[in-house]
Amino acid sequence: MRFDKTFAPADGGSGATTLPRAAAAPTPPRPKRRRGFVDVALTPRAAISPRATLIAGLVVWAIVLGIWSALTYGGVMPDIFLPSPSAVIERGISMVSDGTIWPNMWSSIEVILLGFAISSVVAVPLGLLMGTFRIVQAALEPMVNFIRYLPVTAFVPLFILWIGLGLSQRVAIIIFGTFFQQLVMIMDGVRAVPDDMLNASYTLGSSRRDVLTHVILPAAKPGIIDTLRITMGWAWTYLVVAELVAADSGLGYMSMQAMRGFQVDKIFLAIGIIGILGLITDSFFRLLRAKTAGWAA
Amino acid sequence: METPMTQTSGAPLLEARSVELRYNSGNSSVLALDRVSLEVREKEFAVIVGPSGCGKSSLLYLAAGLLESTGGEIIVGGDHVDGPGRDRGMVFQAYTLFPWLTVAENIEFGLKRRRMPAAERKEIVNYYLNEVGLAQFGGHYPKQLSGGMKQRVAIARALANDPKVLLMDEPFGALDSQTRATMQKLLLRVWDHSHKTVLFVTHDIDEAIILGDRVHVMTARPGRMKATVDIDIPRPRSLDMMLDPDFIAIKRQILGLLHDEIDEDH
Ligand SMILES: Nc1ncnc2c1ncn2[C@@H]1O[C@H](COP(=O)(O)OP(=O)(O)O)[C@@H](O)[C@H]1O
Ligand SMILES: [Mg+2]
Repeated sequence: MRFDKTFAPADGGSGATTLPRAAAAPTPPRPKRRRGFVDVALTPRAAISPRATLIAGLVVWAIVLGIWSALTYGGVMPDIFLPSPSAVIERGISMVSDGTIWPNMWSSIEVILLGFAISSVVAVPLGLLMGTFRIVQAALEPMVNFIRYLPVTAFVPLFILWIGLGLSQRVAIIIFGTFFQQLVMIMDGVRAVPDDMLNASYTLGSSRRDVLTHVILPAAKPGIIDTLRITMGWAWTYLVVAELVAADSGLGYMSMQAMRGFQVDKIFLAIGIIGILGLITDSFFRLLRAKTAGWAA
Repeated sequence: METPMTQTSGAPLLEARSVELRYNSGNSSVLALDRVSLEVREKEFAVIVGPSGCGKSSLLYLAAGLLESTGGEIIVGGDHVDGPGRDRGMVFQAYTLFPWLTVAENIEFGLKRRRMPAAERKEIVNYYLNEVGLAQFGGHYPKQLSGGMKQRVAIARALANDPKVLLMDEPFGALDSQTRATMQKLLLRVWDHSHKTVLFVTHDIDEAIILGDRVHVMTARPGRMKATVDIDIPRPRSLDMMLDPDFIAIKRQILGLLHDEIDEDH
């Protein structure tokens, strides 16, 4: 709306009224026309209706599924490389009904929840301390920044050597991949709490402990939840990497097996399940943030 | 109109003695305050004016105990300042409300820290919500408030905690001129009710004169005390007194003091 006069295309309702008028024949102002859909959609940052938001998202899904269907049902791609949507769904139904999907799914869920929880339980308090006390930051930051840039994948052989091929090896990879990133992101969030907010609290009689528990902690909470949500997404990547390289169960393992048997539909199914599980964890953290830190919006 | 500025008693409530502050960063060193001395009496509204960068904020942060001086001392209520405490409340130029707390909870913050019973807290919060004209806004969050309203909450939050002295660092500096005038009126009214000892910093001369009992004029960097001007304008005050000849005479005097400064600086 703010850009009504400046950015509206030539057919936009109000353009004409801003032209200098001829002194002789003043035209009565035209009634304001409703702005068209295209006009609004092409205005930078202009809000669109909830319906338009929903439809836009659905259209893209429809296009992707449409292309996929055309390629498969139309026989353009051989189904040994690209399975049809119905083949993937059928595979899903059969693996659910004969129960073969569950062990792999539970294995992946178990590993990611375990790794992510262990990492977060340590990273949240430690990140808070790093952002709060300069001495903790000075001690840990150089080492953390070094480790943080080492690719997790480079450590997979080492972890296999040390821990073996079991579940704990995959958990270790997830911890290693997420922990240092979480630390730095949480520390940065804590450091962004304005000094004068701490100062105000001191002048109101807060002790140092009060400042930590009643100012820094609540102020940093939305940032911490965002950090957890973002690193959870990365954890899914590390999980699959770990399962592809060396595992005896999990969705990544299932894909690897399917590749050997040329069961492309099964690979697609595994990818689809990971996507859905990822969406569920993402929604969980979004909901948590909205419920417990709605003030930050 | 028989209430001049000196219904004050003997010893100063806040006293700065030859305060020096040097900012050291790396190999550079800035002298921000050069032997600044100042006395604020009990129930006095004291104002500091001075050009931007002369160390006004630094002096308030020192008095609040949020900074450490490199020389001299500050005494409040007979005690040396060495760290922040609830006897010195402060209103900052930046918005410092806690965004996760409602307006009422913000005002309650200091009271809760010292474990005041809920009923007593509620009474005090309601009193100050009314004082600053926000009785309807107790349940709102800071992001729902305008800049002027936020500073009103900050004033209420500081006063509710009943400090010995209230330090105010250009609290209206970020506001538009109309809101600023509204806030000055509000502060005059609140002060007439509370007679709290205030040390108020501004670079706005009109604001200094209309609010203050005494105005301390500082020099440009390094900040020194240049002069102290008594404001013999009777209370209760109103903003139209800015048009009175007395007011204008004082303003001319302070402008002269500050202009010397700006000329010397160049
Ligand atoms: N943290 C700091 N480090 C170095 N110099 C500073 C710092 N804070 C303020 N100064 C300097 O000290 C002087 C006084 O600053 P300040 O107290 O903010 O002045 P005022 O509030 O009067 O504008 C300024 O010249 C400023 O550049
Ligand atoms: Mg300042």
